[in-house]
Amino acid sequence: MNDTQASHAAHGAGHELETGKAYEPKVVAYCCTYCAYTAADLAGSMRLSYSPQVRIIKTLCTGKIDALLLLKAFEEGADAVFVAGCNIGDCHFLEGNLRAIQVVAHAKHLLAEIGLEPERLEFFHIPASAGPLFAQRANQMVERAMALGPNPLRFSAHEKYGKKLQREPDSHPALPPARFGRLVTEAEREKGATPVRTPEGTIPGA
Amino acid sequence: MIVAKRKPLEQIEGFLEGAERVLVVGCGTCVAVCMAGGEKEVEILAEQLRMRAKLAGRRQQIDEVTVTRQCDREYFAPLAACVDQYDLLLSTACGAGVQFLAERFDHKPVLPALNTLFIGVAEGPGVWSQRCTACADCILDQTGGICPMTMCAKNLLNGPCGGTNHGKCEVDGTKDCAWTLIYRRLEKLGRLDLLKKIQLPKDYSVATKPARFTHEAFQKAENQEP
Repeated sequence: MNDTQASHAAHGAGHELETGKAYEPKVVAYCCTYCAYTAADLAGSMRLSYSPQVRIIKTLCTGKIDALLLLKAFEEGADAVFVAGCNIGDCHFLEGNLRAIQVVAHAKHLLAEIGLEPERLEFFHIPASAGPLFAQRANQMVERAMALGPNPLRFSAHEKYGKKLQREPDSHPALPPARFGRLVTEAEREKGATPVRTPEGTIPGA
Repeated sequence: MIVAKRKPLEQIEGFLEGAERVLVVGCGTCVAVCMAGGEKEVEILAEQLRMRAKLAGRRQQIDEVTVTRQCDREYFAPLAACVDQYDLLLSTACGAGVQFLAERFDHKPVLPALNTLFIGVAEGPGVWSQRCTACADCILDQTGGICPMTMCAKNLLNGPCGGTNHGKCEVDGTKDCAWTLIYRRLEKLGRLDLLKKIQLPKDYSVATKPARFTHEAFQKAENQEP
């Protein structure tokens, strides 16, 4: 355990979730595909370690992000959210990042009205070449979430989905059984032994 | 367009006290354009209220719907089916829309979420300014398209007062003097002669409230109604 993790553990000790687990912040990062997401990719290629509590959501441009999306993240239990866009003047769509700065400022105001700390939300400029900066910003937000404690809405979000995540991020629907190279007999087809998964659900014997 | 701005969240939350099921009704016309009560703003307001309720540990159901306009009866028809499920309607329309919604659903409390500001224009993204006071007797033909009834703090109709200060108003030094603007515009148009015409005292009787207007094409039909 390195120093940062140790300090996290010390901080987190006071915040017990209802499930009895120690507080592990959830940080959502909305990243612009051209700059910040590439920087996160670079951080990975550079083998830089940053907090695993950061969930990255790739967006085409931070200009697409609106206040409602940021509020929803907090309603669904995020402890901190950051929007990472290009440097001023570097936006692929010219002014998407400038718009995002305004939207984040507005959303901070909306959060303050609700009674949540506006510091839970931040905008960062992270150019594509700045892998280490991405790691630094990610850790910075996790530390901030640690210092602020859990988002009070986290518990209601937790209850809402039956004390589970809305959807496990790594779970995928089961793949249909492989048919390639496999003999499917007439009898089997008649019995409906080879279900085919469709977007609507499973159709036996299709 | 009618320009409005949302009331402080504390005030709106105060309105909802004791209501378990609330329907936020948006208006998709003027207040949607001025980013105060359209579909997006209704979603944000409902989201904020839901988060407040959760933070306070209240059980409150807050739903949202946006109609095309709240100043036309026909757009209320689809609401009729669901209104009875709610204790309270919160309207994000201008004052006119709130009243019309309250008139249509007079068995439910209908409360305003916005403060209606003025009839104005969009100066730029997110910035609106007043241009018309609805005086019911337009004189823009004689003032180069600049309204002294709105732009002049004293509603002067025959040139500036003695307080015009290098093109600024003596009432509020940050605002332009309407009559300086009018002079410059008429000079540009070559119509300074319009200033020589004396405007008679304004007839305020045409703008008595509450105003009502029936289009000529509909007057006869209205008179024939039993």
